[in-house]
Amino acid sequence: MHELSLMAEMMDLIRNSAAQNQINRITRIKLVIGKLSMALPHSLRFAFDSMAGEGIFTSAELLIEEREISFKCPHCLEQFIVEQPFLNPCPFCGSLDTEIATGRELFIEYYEGDSVYGHQADPSGD
Amino acid sequence: MGTKQIRLETNLLGANNMMAVKNRRIFKEAGLLVINLMSSPGSGKTTLLEKTIEQIQGYINMGVIEGDLYTDQDALRIENKGVKVVQINTEGTCHLDAGMVEKAWRDLGEENLQLLFIENVGNLVCPAEFDLGEDFKAVILSTTEGNDKVLKYPLVFQKARVVVLNKIDLLPYVDFDLDAFERDIAAVNPDTVVFKLSGRTGEGIEEWTQWLTKEVGRVNL
Repeated sequence: MHELSLMAEMMDLIRNSAAQNQINRITRIKLVIGKLSMALPHSLRFAFDSMAGEGIFTSAELLIEEREISFKCPHCLEQFIVEQPFLNPCPFCGSLDTEIATGRELFIEYYEGDSVYGHQADPSGD
Repeated sequence: MGTKQIRLETNLLGANNMMAVKNRRIFKEAGLLVINLMSSPGSGKTTLLEKTIEQIQGYINMGVIEGDLYTDQDALRIENKGVKVVQINTEGTCHLDAGMVEKAWRDLGEENLQLLFIENVGNLVCPAEFDLGEDFKAVILSTTEGNDKVLKYPLVFQKARVVVLNKIDLLPYVDFDLDAFERDIAAVNPDTVVFKLSGRTGEGIEEWTQWLTKEVGRVNL
């Protein structure tokens, strides 16, 4: 439901980092989104496309890696993929103490970009 | 210049989480217990707060931060009970965030508080994702919503230290399966504390406020 504000935050984070790295054109962004993050990839894309418009994000490609929900067993240390975030006994030892291991991710892994003259202000200040 | 790759590894909720850490430190220094109260719209959050105030007034100094999309109706209800309250209007945003709470806390300007309730926007989905700096989250479910909500919205129940089942006076009139509710809560979050009460009749309120009083007492131990 709050994908628009998540994308606004992502663009702010990248804009700040890009300025520090003399990058004024973003070409690719890689996001990692867990299936329990409450953020939907197609809504994130829609929000990004709506806001990318003019400026450094115009030609950026948004890659989204979805992470499965997995649980981990504290006894036999096995990790296994599940459908729902509850009622997941360990398939190896039957323990009920299993805990969420992956699925909550919501982060920018990396972005790529370059510096193009005449595209926005020259970050070198010349 | 060629293409550069910058590895950020930065959480999209990072800014909120940092602000929440700051809030938590401020609340701890102020020596107060902070509870983030979440539920669907209409489950009885404000009514529970009104009944809680009636029980603890004079014993515990309490404040409230109210979160709603629009209107100050809830804040007025709390104010009528003689408790200091600040209303946040999110104007469309589906949850409170730590920045809004930090500002509201400053607006509250109340020293000597022991207990602060943050009544989140009515929504079982998004508020669970945003740390506000609270000590713990409490979720209210009302019998009219149905017992199936626990498994349909498991994350909010998983993150809750305490779950309040409200409107138990209506149990004879609604198809709420109490056994299934208890079984599902135990499956989703075996460590959570469950209270069953009615904000309307007052049944069960005392057990809730006794527990709350103990929790407030634990803060400065």
